[in-house]
Amino acid sequence: MSKESAAATSNKPSVAVLDGWFTMDEDKPHLLGSQCNSCGTYYFPKQSNYCKNPSCDGESFNEVPLSRTGKVWSFTNACYQPPEPYIAADPYQPYAIAAVELEKEKMVVLGQVITGVDVDALRAGMQMELVLETLFEDDESRKLTWKWKPLASQ
Amino acid sequence: MSNEIAILGAGMHPWGKWGKNFTEYGVKAARDALADAGVDWRDVGFVSGAATMRCGYPGYVAGATFAQALGWQGAEVNTSYAACASGSQALAAARAKILSGACDVALVVGADTTPKGFLAPQKGERPDDPDWVRFRLGITNPTYFALYARRRMEIYGDTQDDFALVKVKNAEHGFSNPNARYKKKFSAEDVAASAMVADPLRLMDICATSDGGAALVVSSVGYAKKIGRGDAVKVAAISTVTPSYASGIIEMPDLATDSAAVVEAQSFRAALPKKAYEEAGVAPGDVDVAEVYDLSTALELDWMEDLQLCERGEAAQLVRAGQTRVGGRLPINPSGGLACFGEAVPAQALSQVCELTWQLRGEAGARQVEGAKVGITANQGLFGHGSSVILKR
Repeated sequence: MSKESAAATSNKPSVAVLDGWFTMDEDKPHLLGSQCNSCGTYYFPKQSNYCKNPSCDGESFNEVPLSRTGKVWSFTNACYQPPEPYIAADPYQPYAIAAVELEKEKMVVLGQVITGVDVDALRAGMQMELVLETLFEDDESRKLTWKWKPLASQ
Repeated sequence: MSNEIAILGAGMHPWGKWGKNFTEYGVKAARDALADAGVDWRDVGFVSGAATMRCGYPGYVAGATFAQALGWQGAEVNTSYAACASGSQALAAARAKILSGACDVALVVGADTTPKGFLAPQKGERPDDPDWVRFRLGITNPTYFALYARRRMEIYGDTQDDFALVKVKNAEHGFSNPNARYKKKFSAEDVAASAMVADPLRLMDICATSDGGAALVVSSVGYAKKIGRGDAVKVAAISTVTPSYASGIIEMPDLATDSAAVVEAQSFRAALPKKAYEEAGVAPGDVDVAEVYDLSTALELDWMEDLQLCERGEAAQLVRAGQTRVGGRLPINPSGGLACFGEAVPAQALSQVCELTWQLRGEAGARQVEGAKVGITANQGLFGHGSSVILKR
């Protein structure tokens, strides 16, 4: 059994791998982006200093939960173990990656695809939803990240 | 045309993993370019270097490093850094100096020595650095190339066999190029048998990193005429535009695109040649040969469409029909491209211009594109850097 799947069943507390990047609602998580109060454009990761729209000089932003479903723009996988700071399971388990288009925000967000779903199961346009899964665990906690999962109803 | 400058000489140090100091490659390329130009080093008024970030302080001041190595002779120096477009930006600096009348002849040089192994981010916990974050989440460089490649398969129906054809074609081109690192012909079966790295891309679909050096001697058109080189190949356009917000394609090292909720999405790759065509007064239909940045086989197909050399989604058909080979209607990467060179960042954009110079002079030997009069380059790097250069004969 891999470290990763073992981790999913451990009793350690779960912690976000990146603090403040997503809600820790394990049932219906959201990525946390920001929205410019002047022009309304969205940012992920959060932008909090200045708006990058060249026709906007906005400097105030609201934190907003991003849409938690979207359509696959493209996808791939990682056949080889990435270098540090990636912390890999031993033995290394390849994983799929999806770029998912959020309709309301009109942006594409990358993420690993949930364990057990390979590229063969993915197609452009497929509906995906955001879930949380363990990325790795250390002595104290399970580190959770966001992942994309095919919507069950397809 | 008042905005043109002349290319008097081109030179390169062969690409490889030689493990020498980058200065050696640059000096070799520069001396070859000077000899090719028939220009005495002491007549060069401006040395424009493309920086390397991997070779310590001498790399940050590459222009001065090359000038000192060639023998200080009082020329002014400049160093440009623009990621993969560094060489084009160094060429643009030389052009500005020449067109302003501040100098007649300039030497442009880029060279690099690459480290062994994979490129990885700096150590430590750095969640504010997007490059660190994406590696922590398991998103590597091939991820991005693979997403673009898969997108082509999903939208246009391209296949992995099409991508393999690009490798086979470029390997054939590079086979006779003395400056190429990989001079070996491959079959589609060879590509298909190589290890999958990031589905749908295999090891042989993705370019390596290399050592290498490239240099150009450029001058005002007036100077070229004065020394009897009025017929020299001319630089008709150099585009180094930045992207326009909102960038609609996921770019390394980002985890998300810009939002197009308020501003329409733009393509950076398509914007680069657009400005070059406008500046040169040349239409895509006038192009005889192109050198494009094939970081992956599939990316060469994207570039053909971004350069408007064919309609969106039609690049693979041209490859299948053999049109992009030397001898075809629209040869792409006659040098062999990155597939045969591997990337030597500060030298790569200049090597594209060297190749087109030889092509437009009719000096490219077995890989010569017959009767080539107009050539275009295209490349893109990190952080909003990219370039497209048009040469005319």
